[in-house]
Amino acid sequence: MTVLEDPTAPIIIPTRDEAKIARRERIRLLMRSPAFVVGLIILAFWIVCAIFGSLIAPQNAQADDILNKLAAPSGDHLFGTDRLGRDVLSRVIEGARTILIMAPLATLLGTIVGTAIGLVTGYYRGAIDEVSMRVVDALLSVPIIITALLAIAAVGTSRLTLILVIGVVFAMIIAKTVRAAVLGERELDYVQAARLRNERSPYIMFVEILPNVMGPIVVEFTVRLGYAIFTIATLAFLGFGADPSIPDWGTDIGEHYSFISAGVWWAVLFPAIAIATLIVAINLIADSIAQTFER
Amino acid sequence: MNEPAIQLQDLEVVYRVRGVDRPVLRSLSLTVEKGESYGLVGESGCGKTTAAFTIMRYLPRNGRVVSGSIHADGDDLLAMGEAEVRRLRASTVSMVYQNPGAALNPAIRVGDQIAEVFRLRGHDKGESLDRAQEMLRKVQISDPAGGMRRYPHQLSGGGQQRVVIAMALASDPTLLILDEPTTGLDATVEAEVLDLVAALRQEFGTSVLFISHNLAVIRKMCERVGVLYAGRLVEEGEAETVFTEPRHPYTVGLLRCIPRGGLRKDRDRLDTIPGYLPQLGAHLPGCVFADRCGLVKEICRTDEPPLHPLGNGHSSRCHFHDKAAAVPYTGSSIPAGAAATANGEGLVKLENASKTYSHEGSTVRALVDVDLSIAAGETLGLVGESGCGKTTLARVLLGLTPADEGSIIELDGRRLAARIVKRDAAQVRALQTVFQNPDSALNRRFTVRRIIGRALTKLVGARGEQREQRLREIASSVRFDERLLSARPVQLSGGLKQRVAIGRAFAGEPRVVVCDEPTSALDVSVQAAILNLLADLQAEEGVTYLFISHDLGVVRYLADRIAVLYLGRLMEVGRAEAVFNPPHHPYTEALLSAVPTLEGEERPRIRLEGEIPSASDPPSGCVFHTRCPRYLGAICDEQEPPLAEVERGHFIRCHIPVDELRRIQAEPPPPRVLQPTESNTTS
Repeated sequence: MTVLEDPTAPIIIPTRDEAKIARRERIRLLMRSPAFVVGLIILAFWIVCAIFGSLIAPQNAQADDILNKLAAPSGDHLFGTDRLGRDVLSRVIEGARTILIMAPLATLLGTIVGTAIGLVTGYYRGAIDEVSMRVVDALLSVPIIITALLAIAAVGTSRLTLILVIGVVFAMIIAKTVRAAVLGERELDYVQAARLRNERSPYIMFVEILPNVMGPIVVEFTVRLGYAIFTIATLAFLGFGADPSIPDWGTDIGEHYSFISAGVWWAVLFPAIAIATLIVAINLIADSIAQTFER
Repeated sequence: MNEPAIQLQDLEVVYRVRGVDRPVLRSLSLTVEKGESYGLVGESGCGKTTAAFTIMRYLPRNGRVVSGSIHADGDDLLAMGEAEVRRLRASTVSMVYQNPGAALNPAIRVGDQIAEVFRLRGHDKGESLDRAQEMLRKVQISDPAGGMRRYPHQLSGGGQQRVVIAMALASDPTLLILDEPTTGLDATVEAEVLDLVAALRQEFGTSVLFISHNLAVIRKMCERVGVLYAGRLVEEGEAETVFTEPRHPYTVGLLRCIPRGGLRKDRDRLDTIPGYLPQLGAHLPGCVFADRCGLVKEICRTDEPPLHPLGNGHSSRCHFHDKAAAVPYTGSSIPAGAAATANGEGLVKLENASKTYSHEGSTVRALVDVDLSIAAGETLGLVGESGCGKTTLARVLLGLTPADEGSIIELDGRRLAARIVKRDAAQVRALQTVFQNPDSALNRRFTVRRIIGRALTKLVGARGEQREQRLREIASSVRFDERLLSARPVQLSGGLKQRVAIGRAFAGEPRVVVCDEPTSALDVSVQAAILNLLADLQAEEGVTYLFISHDLGVVRYLADRIAVLYLGRLMEVGRAEAVFNPPHHPYTEALLSAVPTLEGEERPRIRLEGEIPSASDPPSGCVFHTRCPRYLGAICDEQEPPLAEVERGHFIRCHIPVDELRRIQAEPPPPRVLQPTESNTTS
């Protein structure tokens, strides 16, 4: 009787790394999506403005010119001037910096803290989960603007306060998303296998489970980024901008909307368009990324 | 009138994947005559379900029939328009899918769902409902009137499948396609559903196309059988002929893989089929099976063999069909493992092991006072229907689920803490497990090297070069190619993934490995290789197994002793042969009787009525009395029988004296007289 080769001889798989291929495939799919590409172009434009604002801006965004205040758009001032005679175009260009620093920082803070909370509550369940989720529900029942206003009233307005407040509120929302994903993962047997090696809980949460819930976290980050921009602009509009002298879209709108009835539309419209394009761009990107993870 | 129920002629079906047409069915021809039952067998990925979907015209959007024809009752099915196809599905061909839960609308009462079929056929509302109830009675749902008002989730898996079958038959179809109808069900429920299908076939005279990977089920249910491999019919004939005198090497291989009654690890080694199913749409100019065939010659790789007729409707697509039965064995003939001989002190001991879950005021006793000991180097098989506490017992032993106060778990005479975090390093190392589903058990983000390596670091403290060395040793002991160590689970086949899981379980040189249905997610040929591996590892390392399975053939092959659980209670425990042969507990008897065999022998058939009672409200007295085929009388209702030693090392929990059991189990059981029961409302 002949003995053939061991039936278990494995299929030889090309040694290319599947994860890398998957990542490349995802990027390829993204680049084929028009929504993503448009979003990316708009976002890139604002990032360039944020970094090189003062170089691109045709005039000094902070230079007053009282004699020439509230001038309509013209050859000298393409977007017109504001109530202090500052060039609106230059302020719109330089205004990108404030928001593109604060919003990502706030969102990143929220994502990191939220992920940690979500992992812990989802993994342990029980009393910790019960209590913290009720606290989260209570906090989220109050509109974020109100929470932010309360915090600002308590500790005073500053960039740091804004970032912290938005970060904390977002952390709650992101924690819920992450918790839901972790609840599914913890039932899988690889978690039991880790417990059978007597792994510590932090290892199980952050090394075993975390990589498997990265998809929802990335999606949540991009979605929240859009909301962060909206929230920061709103607070600035209400007069809680970080620093009145620095160009800021929300602050500028807030300072000029009362002039609209007098026919001065340009000082409000152009910063508003800037906010809208940035949020739309980020939402386009967020949607496209969410779709590639759903596949 | 004499047209066949369904006739496929040279059917070619492709799936378009990444812009390329990949053949899935290759020139498939088969015919199911009126009133005939035809079985289509093959491993996963061979095209069985695609064939069914093509007949139903349910191909996914990227699937396409390239050539060939399908005639249902003489009508050309591929030429039909949408409206005609709908009429066909409503009247001529019905299909029952594998997962009954997904086939029923969860928001509609089952009565209304069945009635809808009659409504579609033009009956008025009242008549449809009457007929629906009549159908429920025919599929033997207890209390059909009450059943009409239930929602699908209120029925058990078996009950749901009955409803799906009722719906399928409601249109009085010419052909009924059953796609793995019993795959997710317990053996006892499977037996009932199969009996039901057979009975209904008698009554309705329906033709059946029965698709299954389970050869024994096909053997039991079908008159003719076709064996499908890589989309091509490789052998066809009467079921009995094909299963007793297979003439294609693939059929021969499949039949050899199965641990059938009587095969034992210490005497026989399971045969396997080398290699893998060709990739979807691979270009196969010759015989589709050539790459895995023990008889392969030059001609097999270049010339497609014709379907050689062998007389009496039997045909084989093999150039060397006359030698097929003599396909060389793939493994050696050395027995896979050794029977445990040591009957000394138990390595693992459970005493009064109980587990009670409390949920919103009600308590569920998942495990009740189980006393069990497992000797070193022994395999203890644990069997029972789903929900009987098998997995709870394993988790309690492993410390993943803490046992109730008062439960004693000992390893080597030393008491183990109930929770794993309280156990010391050596104890953690000593107890490991192989899970049922390797997709769930392996972290999909990690490479194989990292998965096994972490176990080495954590359990034996191996690092650096030493760890790499051990890693390679483990890979070779589970026959896993070192080159694949940097692969991730998604790149591996099911069998390879299970090898990785086994490798991880053995990384810390455990004393006891709990195997929880380790092969139930695998095809039979892969299952055979994994069972051989487990037996080999036991022989090499002297490890002790607690082997959980619902497949009695697998348990019989591997286990030295067997424990039978019912509702968390131990009903019988003893040496494997003792448990498999009379006298045994009536429950064991029913379990054994439920399993169809490849030999197709007619055995006394014992059917369990009804479903497992709820563990939150177990029956009084002997918990099995509500379903017992050997029910004695009042004593069974009132007193729980003790687990008595009836022979040396053989315990049975039954009121019937052992000599009486021995006598009555030698002859077929009497038909059970049903007591007046209120089970209709409680099931």
